[in-house]
Amino acid sequence: MRVLILGIAGGIARKLATRLLDAGHEVLGIDVRPWSAAPKGIEFHRVDVRKRAAEDVFRRRRPEAVVHMATVTALSVSGGERGRINLDGTKAVFDHCRDYGVKQALFIGRHTFYGAAPDSPLYHSEDEPPRALEKVPELADLVAADLYAATALWRMPELTTAVLRFVYTLGAPGTGTLASFLRGRRVPMVLGYDPLFHVMQEEDVVTAIQLALEKRIRGIFNVAGPPPMPFSVIIRETGRTPVPLPTPLLARLLGRFGFPRLSQGTLSHIKYPIVVDNRRFREATGFQYANDEGRILRIFREASPPPGSQG
Amino acid sequence: MAHDESIAERVNRLELPFNEFGVDPYGISKKHLVLAGSALAFLYRYYFRVRCFGIEHVPPRGRTMLVGNHSGGYAVDGAMLITSMFLEMNPPRLAQGMAEKFMNRFPVASLWTSRTGQFTGLPEHAHRLLEDDRLLMVFPEGARGTAKLYRERYSLVDFGTGFIRLALQTRTPIVPVGILGGGTAVPTVANLYKLGRLVGVPYIPVTPYLLPLPLPAPVELHYGAPITFSGTGDEDDDVIAGYVEQVKSRIAELIEQGRAQRTRRLGA
Repeated sequence: MRVLILGIAGGIARKLATRLLDAGHEVLGIDVRPWSAAPKGIEFHRVDVRKRAAEDVFRRRRPEAVVHMATVTALSVSGGERGRINLDGTKAVFDHCRDYGVKQALFIGRHTFYGAAPDSPLYHSEDEPPRALEKVPELADLVAADLYAATALWRMPELTTAVLRFVYTLGAPGTGTLASFLRGRRVPMVLGYDPLFHVMQEEDVVTAIQLALEKRIRGIFNVAGPPPMPFSVIIRETGRTPVPLPTPLLARLLGRFGFPRLSQGTLSHIKYPIVVDNRRFREATGFQYANDEGRILRIFREASPPPGSQG
Repeated sequence: MAHDESIAERVNRLELPFNEFGVDPYGISKKHLVLAGSALAFLYRYYFRVRCFGIEHVPPRGRTMLVGNHSGGYAVDGAMLITSMFLEMNPPRLAQGMAEKFMNRFPVASLWTSRTGQFTGLPEHAHRLLEDDRLLMVFPEGARGTAKLYRERYSLVDFGTGFIRLALQTRTPIVPVGILGGGTAVPTVANLYKLGRLVGVPYIPVTPYLLPLPLPAPVELHYGAPITFSGTGDEDDDVIAGYVEQVKSRIAELIEQGRAQRTRRLGA
């Protein structure tokens, strides 16, 4: 199968590209970021997914399947630009899929779609609407991109579309939203709260995407690995020290004195759990995680020891 | 009562899928269960001197719904019911309650309720727990039940109907429970609804001694034989109302039976 990966220079996308290549697929990718050491056999185009040059890749190379990983997370890019990348980029990807006869599209979304709210059910199912968006406007464009991708299920019935909502990734090389929150020796918590966090090892994420492609699944799916763990367990088992602080004090300290940067709205993500029910994905693909809770935390601890430790 | 066995040993014997960090897939934690279990066991044995009858009616494993009456101010009854399942069952079972929604908005309360398996009362939670063959504790009187005044302590207010539809959908047996003593432990003479709303709770109970602290009144739990209804959960409201009435009258019987037994004991 000829697979085009959008956002191929990202850590997980690179692993996916290599895995698909090894499995005998023809792999090509697009990213605005460089990937100088791309393995032989992977065709890399350094272009913006929203630009004409990206459309040319679709036109000339006619991929059979597209994996859309070219969305950005809440805090790494400023608001307006993030909205343009996530929304305009997603629209462009699906337009090109329709125009150039792509048979299968995977949108890689995030479980933060559901929002963190005190009155939510603990396990979110795919049929639930997003909540608490007003508290975290930074996530609104990702939610909108996810919903837009899902419209392809009825707008483009000829395209086999799957929207995959992945939980936080954790492992080596220690990148991602949760990993950056855990980068310091001391990790803040909200006093009186200790939400469950759903995490998954990167290799398992790659396995899940590969299965979704090869099983040609259609629909919206939550993807998770082992059961969730309390935030305090993740902090301790990765060698960090939890620092519980009252909400108003924590809000003032974020981004200062070595504490991680986090918007006020996303504070609710360390107060209330976002946990997903992944039974639909498991049944559709037979997916089983290879890395359990303990192994995930040990891998992360070894790859990203707390600063100043002996490693 | 298993006095010879420590609380930690009983927690270890709970048949729940704890991981290597002592946490189950719902976030229930052994560490928190040991601490909460120790405090509750003290209250159960020495403060409320709980007497438990008919516990053999509760299945040792598999999905089960404990349906009881509320009595008195706040959830002394629920806490003692959970403790009885933990201390008196063999192997011990963790009864998981459906907490009021306001609990999750408060720091510490939110943490402790979820770590000990007491989740917000949402149909999704109840459904999932039963599908996982857990022991679900339901008080169909809801907050109106805990708001009963001292003089109403043996009465029952209207039951919700959701628990019957849930039992039918999940093919779960219902074990009725009559609870006596909660109303004497927290003898509510009035409820302050406006003040409650200000602090984010349904109401604040007022006792003759003002503070809503429970008195060391004896509590009795009377478990009845399981009731199983057959159906799909999509039945008409009047059919469901008939099933609800059956459960309600069984609980009323258990309460009356308990009162009669107590009178006989005191008279003897």
